[in-house]
Amino acid sequence: MKFLHKGYLAGPIIGALWALVMAVSLGVAISFATGHAARPAVFGALLLGLATGLARAWGGTRWLTDVVAVVVALALMVLGLGALQFGQAFGLEARIVLSIVLAGAVALPLNVILREIQIGALTRHEFEAAVIRFLTGFGYIFFTAIVIIPFYVMVMTSMKSQQELMLNPLDFSIDLSKGWHLFDSYYELMTRFHFGRYLWTSFYVSVLTVLLTLLFSVPGAYAVARLRFAGRKVFSRGILLIYMVPMIVLALPIYIAYSMVGLRNSVFGIVMIYPVTTIPVALYMLQGYFRGLPVEVEEAGLMDGLSRLKVIWKITLPLALPALASVGLYVFMIAWNEFLLAFMLLDDPSKFTLTRGIASLNSSEIPRQHLMAGAVIATVPIMALFLGLERFMTRGLTAGAVKG
Amino acid sequence: MTEISPPKGSGALARREARLAWGLLFPTIAIVALVVIVPLLAIFWISVKPVSLGDLRPAELRTRISLNDRSDPPQVELRVINPSREQEMRDTGLAVTLPDGVVLTGDLPQGCALTGQRLSCDFGDLKPRTNERFRIDAQVSGEGRTLERAVRDAKLVSRGQVSNVLTNSTFTLDNFRKLFSGGEFWGVFGVTLFYTVFGTLGALLVGLFAALLLNKDFRGQGILRGLYLFPYVAPVIAVAFTWITLFDPYSGSANALLVQMGVSDGAINFFGAKPLALIMVTVFEIWRYFPLSFLFILARMQSIDTDMYEAADMDGASPFQKFWHLSMPQLMGILSVLFLLRFIWTFNKFDDIFLLTGGNAGTRTLTVNVYEQAFAVSNIGAGAAVAVVVFGCLLIFSIFFFRTMSREEGL
Repeated sequence: MKFLHKGYLAGPIIGALWALVMAVSLGVAISFATGHAARPAVFGALLLGLATGLARAWGGTRWLTDVVAVVVALALMVLGLGALQFGQAFGLEARIVLSIVLAGAVALPLNVILREIQIGALTRHEFEAAVIRFLTGFGYIFFTAIVIIPFYVMVMTSMKSQQELMLNPLDFSIDLSKGWHLFDSYYELMTRFHFGRYLWTSFYVSVLTVLLTLLFSVPGAYAVARLRFAGRKVFSRGILLIYMVPMIVLALPIYIAYSMVGLRNSVFGIVMIYPVTTIPVALYMLQGYFRGLPVEVEEAGLMDGLSRLKVIWKITLPLALPALASVGLYVFMIAWNEFLLAFMLLDDPSKFTLTRGIASLNSSEIPRQHLMAGAVIATVPIMALFLGLERFMTRGLTAGAVKG
Repeated sequence: MTEISPPKGSGALARREARLAWGLLFPTIAIVALVVIVPLLAIFWISVKPVSLGDLRPAELRTRISLNDRSDPPQVELRVINPSREQEMRDTGLAVTLPDGVVLTGDLPQGCALTGQRLSCDFGDLKPRTNERFRIDAQVSGEGRTLERAVRDAKLVSRGQVSNVLTNSTFTLDNFRKLFSGGEFWGVFGVTLFYTVFGTLGALLVGLFAALLLNKDFRGQGILRGLYLFPYVAPVIAVAFTWITLFDPYSGSANALLVQMGVSDGAINFFGAKPLALIMVTVFEIWRYFPLSFLFILARMQSIDTDMYEAADMDGASPFQKFWHLSMPQLMGILSVLFLLRFIWTFNKFDDIFLLTGGNAGTRTLTVNVYEQAFAVSNIGAGAAVAVVVFGCLLIFSIFFFRTMSREEGL
């Protein structure tokens, strides 16, 4: 890498790579927004980036870089070598505007990325800092794109009709003149497919799961964290081990047992089984938190004549409320998103949870946008909850929940 | 003089504490044992049994009683059926109280006895597919129609059991023999390893990259952090179907985009073509679980002492040097723990592949195979055999895990 430590090499190379990134991102963004072709061209992008990077390294001023980028972008467009090749749908004005936008998207960040790059020899420091700034910019775009695009597709597909989808799969523009008819899929899911009922079932199953899980795991976690007894270490390892047993291995005998006892197809059976799948997780998370609480407070309580159970109730639990919230949220998320058990144990459409209901939409007779609308209905509540209580959620996740 | 020594054994207080501990733990232990340990034992039991899906509801003795008033003399007819095609039914019998007005006069079938109006029979063992009729002469007093209905509705208590494959003492190693004999198993195992290794490593590396991006203070850092967690928080079924929609060969946007950009000429069947489908499910796994590694790595990064970096700056270390020689050693602990945990859970993963491809197009992993064998082929025993293999692998992994875990302490 030593030979790259020269401004006249590093500047243009990083510039060219950045222009390529921007051309692809802009092309994808334009395609997704308008449904018309905007193809990034490698050669044009490289030329634009080389010129801009060189201008920045050589001239060293912002305005020169910006001007060079705009001029080169427009020149390439006129020559038909532009970094973005537009389809027929774009008029001349649109092409010029988009070329200038592309030039800006290349030049403005490059001004920052190549801040310390001059034309001559570079120190290792300057070079690596520029590479890191390039990678950072690339990373933000990359991650935002991979996260946003699927959710964007999910929401937009749910508002389109089957025909529109087949006609141009890229066209996600929304015809606002349709007004409330955009939400036809949702309306139909709620009325004809009973999604209202599934929402309610999923909700109360999840809440019950949270309550039952906490009820069982709080005493257990306290015992493992605080009390001394033979077998404590084995026990806390056992929790982790159970936490690792694959669900499908358990689901098979549970299916058999439920078939024999007649608990299949009942919400009661689901409410019985969900907490057990979450108790090990909750135990593991809670005991970690209880360990972190100061022992002295509890000992003071004991000295003042409280019994152990009173200590738990009056001292430990109030102190652990944030942890309970985190664990509760996490368990709620697991129960809300649970699919395998619901899929295996529920066959009767009147008892479906939301995830099971969505699975039943996956057939060739039901249009795609219904499936996507179902996905949106399942995703929105958990997302809202997550964004509203993000602090608790991230804490809950890092508190030992590496399970997926 | 008495020797002074620390107390031996446990005192009353310690015993009381232990008792309380077990008391608090008992409900948890009981319920976890019921729903985790018992099924695990059951899996081992079932894996050596020739059980198919149909055997879950064992056959029961079918009996019917009716009165024929029009024949002369009137007859009570008993039908006894063993619906099982293969199995003998043992200790069969029935009991019924005849309505008043019907008096049996004819010969009772063998094994039957009449006390007052109550007829009870013992048929002993019935061969498979037995279907017998017994006709008994009777005297009828009263309206024929009403009595016919009364007899038909009379409460008939029948008993008899076929030996249940789940509980009898037939054992077989066929499930395992079949599992390992075909070349299929090693193919499935290979797919599982590919998925697990690359899924885990990918999620870890992508997560590390994301954590490096967000490990600085700027406006909007919180929003981005929340945003990057979306794939993990959303229900798997929602995102899996979105991916299927996005990559659909006919109406998928990804294909349209690729064609338009000139990357490919025609539609690519992402989840249906052989090597590509496996790569796609692995990419999905990385996409869905990078947030988790990112969160953990970020938490660890933020707890690294900044003094170290200041010292390195004074010594003139470059950014990459700081990353390699300062950050990475600090992160090694969390990375190795994360790797092992994610490795185990990716190995155990079922939902994702099941939803994306259903295990077709060369994406069948061991866990999907459990489901396939048990429900698609409806051979529960074979499914359980695969589950036992999965569990065995898990035990091996967890030994590694606990070794690393006790070295790294905490997480």
